[in-house]
Amino acid sequence: MNTRRLESAIVTGFTIIVALIWVFPLYWALVTSLRSENRVVSRPGLLPDEFNIGNYADALFNTQLLTWYVNSVGTAVIVTVVVILISMMCAYALSQINFPGRRLLYLVVLASFMIPSQALVVTQFILMDQFRLINTWGGIILPQLIVPVTIIVYKQFFDSVPREMREAAVLDGGGDYAILFKLFLPLNWGITTALAIVTFIGVWNAFFWPFLVITSEDMMTIPVGITQVNDAFGLAYARLMSVALLAALPVVLAYLIFQRRVTEAVMISSGVKG
Amino acid sequence: MAMIENRRKRNLTAMTLVAPFVIVFAVFFFYPTIRMVQLSFTNAPLIGAGEWVGLDNYIRLASDRLFKTSVWNNAYFILLTVAPTTMIALAIALMINRLKGGMQAFVMVLFFLPYVLPVSVVTQIWAWMLDFQYGVLQPVLAALTGKPVAVFKDPDWVMPVIAAITIWWTTGFNVLLFIAGLRNVPAELYEASALDGASQFQQFTRVTWPLIWPVTALVLTLQLILQLKIFDQIYLLSGGGPFNSSYVLLMQVYREAFQLNHGGYSSAIATVLFVLIAVVSVLQFQLLRIGRSRQ
Repeated sequence: MNTRRLESAIVTGFTIIVALIWVFPLYWALVTSLRSENRVVSRPGLLPDEFNIGNYADALFNTQLLTWYVNSVGTAVIVTVVVILISMMCAYALSQINFPGRRLLYLVVLASFMIPSQALVVTQFILMDQFRLINTWGGIILPQLIVPVTIIVYKQFFDSVPREMREAAVLDGGGDYAILFKLFLPLNWGITTALAIVTFIGVWNAFFWPFLVITSEDMMTIPVGITQVNDAFGLAYARLMSVALLAALPVVLAYLIFQRRVTEAVMISSGVKG
Repeated sequence: MAMIENRRKRNLTAMTLVAPFVIVFAVFFFYPTIRMVQLSFTNAPLIGAGEWVGLDNYIRLASDRLFKTSVWNNAYFILLTVAPTTMIALAIALMINRLKGGMQAFVMVLFFLPYVLPVSVVTQIWAWMLDFQYGVLQPVLAALTGKPVAVFKDPDWVMPVIAAITIWWTTGFNVLLFIAGLRNVPAELYEASALDGASQFQQFTRVTWPLIWPVTALVLTLQLILQLKIFDQIYLLSGGGPFNSSYVLLMQVYREAFQLNHGGYSSAIATVLFVLIAVVSVLQFQLLRIGRSRQ
């Protein structure tokens, strides 16, 4: 019995060591960001030895980080809200109303799952140019509004709402919109927040499309903008790490605060947990 | 009469409910897809009209050495990432799965954290860690190879290193899927097999592995699709170099369209990539359906 316990303790210890090695890059970024530029290039030790928040102030006020924050927050919030609304409405119709073309639409949703948007960037760009939306929030937002998996997840959840609840609401004279927003949405609030958080993280992190559709520096989102700091200032690693950590902060916080929701959303959307 | 009236009203409501999705899908996905195929038969620049050239772009592709390099590099990158990340994620999930309560949640957070970072943050952190002069990992590389290595400027190192960074970035996601799969394995099965005197290794090969195979298949195909679309990390870390040794398909789509102004030719490459990914996705879908119907 005791050897079993020892074995178990060793495996646990090993797991923790691997996990700590796994987050070392983040630790190192943090330690670097708190050092002066001179200290950073003097081959310092692995332990934190300076707590210099000047780099952060520098990052916030001497780069366009704040502008990029505004662009990222604005576009990510809009995309998240619209994606949730569009998906919820479409899923409600698919799940609760027997309208002509319903099966076809469901097939389209499933098929859109398989469309790699990265392959479409050229023609999406041409389209955005025709709409005069290059270098605008609209240009960033519009092609990101289709997230088929949220429709599928919502449909799955709406399908499992008891029939009687809906029938009672219909008898009370509620229209479909009222039923969706006053009955189905509150019933599925948990999955809605979960989907919203992962959508937000995904949009915040989007790189390829915003990188193509935005060329002017003051319209850039965070992930695109921070690559410019590098170009503009040469190699100043302490400042660069401060910028990188500030860029990641909102999504890291969103994840840490809503950790269980994120886990739930990832598992449910990939279909490994219903 | 009232019934018919009612039915009409509901159909109308349904139309307004699905309209936003249908419109956005038609304008920003369906139309660009059709246009991409159309453009691939023309010599159009990025912005502006072109002439119909039939299959010329595709014929040109067949003898384009850079295209061959890109296909090969895409395949190489898949080889370097897909199976390794799946195995690493499974190993980590098995380690996490035996922990309990708060400890389990804490360790899970540590492994998942990189996955929520924007790609440019990931590349900047690793570019710093691997910096030729001051990178904290250079002493490790020097110990292994005898001298510091400029990894992103070395044709032999560039792909494996970017693959390793990608694995670090994305493994947390796969770990979550495996943990969900492991939780679905009934505990009685382990107890029964333990009573039968099965070793831990036998428990894994006889009980765990067969039951989590559907999750494994899911992770493998999801990764395959994801890595076919590789662009961001490579663009940010090596720009496709040195000597095109990390040049990939999506990078060629980007260069041809946005830097060389070849809308038509770029669309031909994009169409090939599109078909490739669509085929894998359909396979994945079928695979999952089989997996689910078995449960």
